[in-house]
Amino acid sequence: METSHRSLLAKLLAIAVAMFLFAIFVLPPLYDLFCEITGIGGRTDGKYEAVEVKVDTSRQVRVQFVAANNEQMPWEFYPMEHSVVVYPGESRAVNFFAHNTTGEDMIGQAIPSVLPNNAADYFHKTACFCFDNQPLAAGEQAELGLVFILDPDLPDNVNTVTLSYTLFDITDRTGLAVAQQ
Amino acid sequence: MAHGPATLADGWVKYASRWLFTTNHKDIGTLYLWFSFAMFILGGAFAMAIRAELFQPGMQLMQPEFFNQMTTMHGLVMVFGAIMPAFVGLANWLIPMMIGAPDMALPRMNNLSFWILPFAFAILVATLFMEGGGPNFGWTFYAPLSTTFAPDTVNYFIFGVHIMGASSIMGSINIIATVMNMRAPGMTYMKMPLFVWTWLITAFLLVAVMPVLAGAVTMMLMDINFGTSFFDAAGGGDPVLFQHVFWFFGHPEVYIIILPAFGVVSQIIPTFSRKPLFGYSSMVYATASIAFMSFIVWAHHMFTVGMPIAGELYFMYATMLIAVPTGVKVFNWITTMYKGALTYETPMLFSIAFVILFTFGGFTGLMLSIAAADMQYHDTYFVVAHFHYVMVAGAVFSGTAAVYYWLPKWCGKMYDETMGKVQFWIAFIGFNIAFMPQHFLGLAGMPRRYADYGLQFADWNMVSSIGAFMYGAAQILFLFNVIRTITHGKPVNDPQVWEGAEGLEWTVDTPAPYHTFEKPPEVK
Repeated sequence: METSHRSLLAKLLAIAVAMFLFAIFVLPPLYDLFCEITGIGGRTDGKYEAVEVKVDTSRQVRVQFVAANNEQMPWEFYPMEHSVVVYPGESRAVNFFAHNTTGEDMIGQAIPSVLPNNAADYFHKTACFCFDNQPLAAGEQAELGLVFILDPDLPDNVNTVTLSYTLFDITDRTGLAVAQQ
Repeated sequence: MAHGPATLADGWVKYASRWLFTTNHKDIGTLYLWFSFAMFILGGAFAMAIRAELFQPGMQLMQPEFFNQMTTMHGLVMVFGAIMPAFVGLANWLIPMMIGAPDMALPRMNNLSFWILPFAFAILVATLFMEGGGPNFGWTFYAPLSTTFAPDTVNYFIFGVHIMGASSIMGSINIIATVMNMRAPGMTYMKMPLFVWTWLITAFLLVAVMPVLAGAVTMMLMDINFGTSFFDAAGGGDPVLFQHVFWFFGHPEVYIIILPAFGVVSQIIPTFSRKPLFGYSSMVYATASIAFMSFIVWAHHMFTVGMPIAGELYFMYATMLIAVPTGVKVFNWITTMYKGALTYETPMLFSIAFVILFTFGGFTGLMLSIAAADMQYHDTYFVVAHFHYVMVAGAVFSGTAAVYYWLPKWCGKMYDETMGKVQFWIAFIGFNIAFMPQHFLGLAGMPRRYADYGLQFADWNMVSSIGAFMYGAAQILFLFNVIRTITHGKPVNDPQVWEGAEGLEWTVDTPAPYHTFEKPPEVK
């Protein structure tokens, strides 16, 4: 093989390998970053460390809660309060109810999403059951807590924020199913 | 003195070894072309099954699950098994002869890149006979259909895609190395025939995006088998990410399919117009800019996923911009024909039909690029009609034209012109009867990929099926004509073959000897 072919072959193979790595290791984080910046998909940030802010009593915002089960998830799952009215900057705790209606030990995972998209960045959770997965034994019931603060910088045109949780059955992926056998 | 190729007279072991171990670009080109034709017939059989089921409303011939496998396999086999290998075959045969090179730059890799392809499709097609059936999630294999809800055979599908991706990457690296390093003295880049140019650009697209497809299926593989959550919302992933990764590959892929077809037509139209190609350099720049823009418009396939309005607008305008270089090309083909001494041999008929029907498909593409309107058109038969106008009337018509145009050079025999013309008219009329009504069905709201439909769609579906059967019959005639040419064709001895043909491939003997340009020609 001529040298000129060899170096060209090496370069082109390097491009191919680089594009493969790009697809797996760069595109997904890039997509996550993009969604985080734009708030697409209503993605919220992780645990928020509360900072001292002045509660903005000049406006009130209604926060609605929606809970849904994904696919075959058999649990009962709903918010104990369907909506609350808060001042921006005020810390508020609410509870969700979950009940494993089956005869098996299961693990659930709730994935949050906030609408409208431009509010997602301003919805801070200082404590949330969604940070961890939720193991419930057969027939067990639980009240799951959430503490949130709306950022005072919340855009003025947002008067209602909807927080929606989708509950997934992750029993199979956590290894509990294996452990039980 | 180079020895000639083994023939059947040398015994079948020698004959089979010749094809298995060949490093000759003409042999490998022939293998690619026959393989792609076999896949074309197979994918066509799947299409016939689809159209037969859709001939009448209600379920007649198959279970809906099998119908889903048919639509999926039809798309996969036609895109990756028929169209792409057909153009790689043409590239193998023609590029060395067009640039005055003795062979491809990396002949052993060339052999490997062909011979792994039959295995890829054997694996893919074998899934149809396995428990759970073949892939049934559409050729775009969106997650979670292809991950959470996929049949177990999805792992074979993934493996098959990996192999065909490797084959494409090796094939395109070979083409780039050949074009960049092996041109005859005096053959500058801007003297290369347009077919070589379009393939060079296509090969770069392939090297850039086939690995992204491999990445997408690898992420699927890990989600399915190793508990990762790239595309699974339960684990913090996002199914929409799959669509972005897929179309980041998928949009350049549509230009990978159509650019070599542009190249073929740019060779044929000047020949039968007896005029040089109008606007050669603008053709080169248009091809390059189409290739560049193909990387920045992918999300127009997914306007309905819920993008921000700014994103929709950006992808809409960027997509519309591609119409400009494409328009330049159509303008150049028409201007080449303008005031030319035209004759209408079969390759020319297919090329003219290509220009007309591809332009039509381009216009429906423009309609689809309007984000607001796409909300209605998305995933309807309008989309199906659109991409069959650009892929069948585009890529397949130009491939057929290429076979008729260069067949006399390859085998030294002239095809039957009457049979060719009959095939053209059956194909042209059948194609339009099959796909024109699908525009109406789509605008009326018929969704794609369903095994059944509402009664209001019955009439046009029946018309469409009749057209599809006509078009299928034309391909049988095509196969017959090619075989008959090889066995009974009238010998051609003129190196030129066609009166107006220009280019180095027409300076070698007819039929083209096994080894050509062992001494590089002088290009002025």
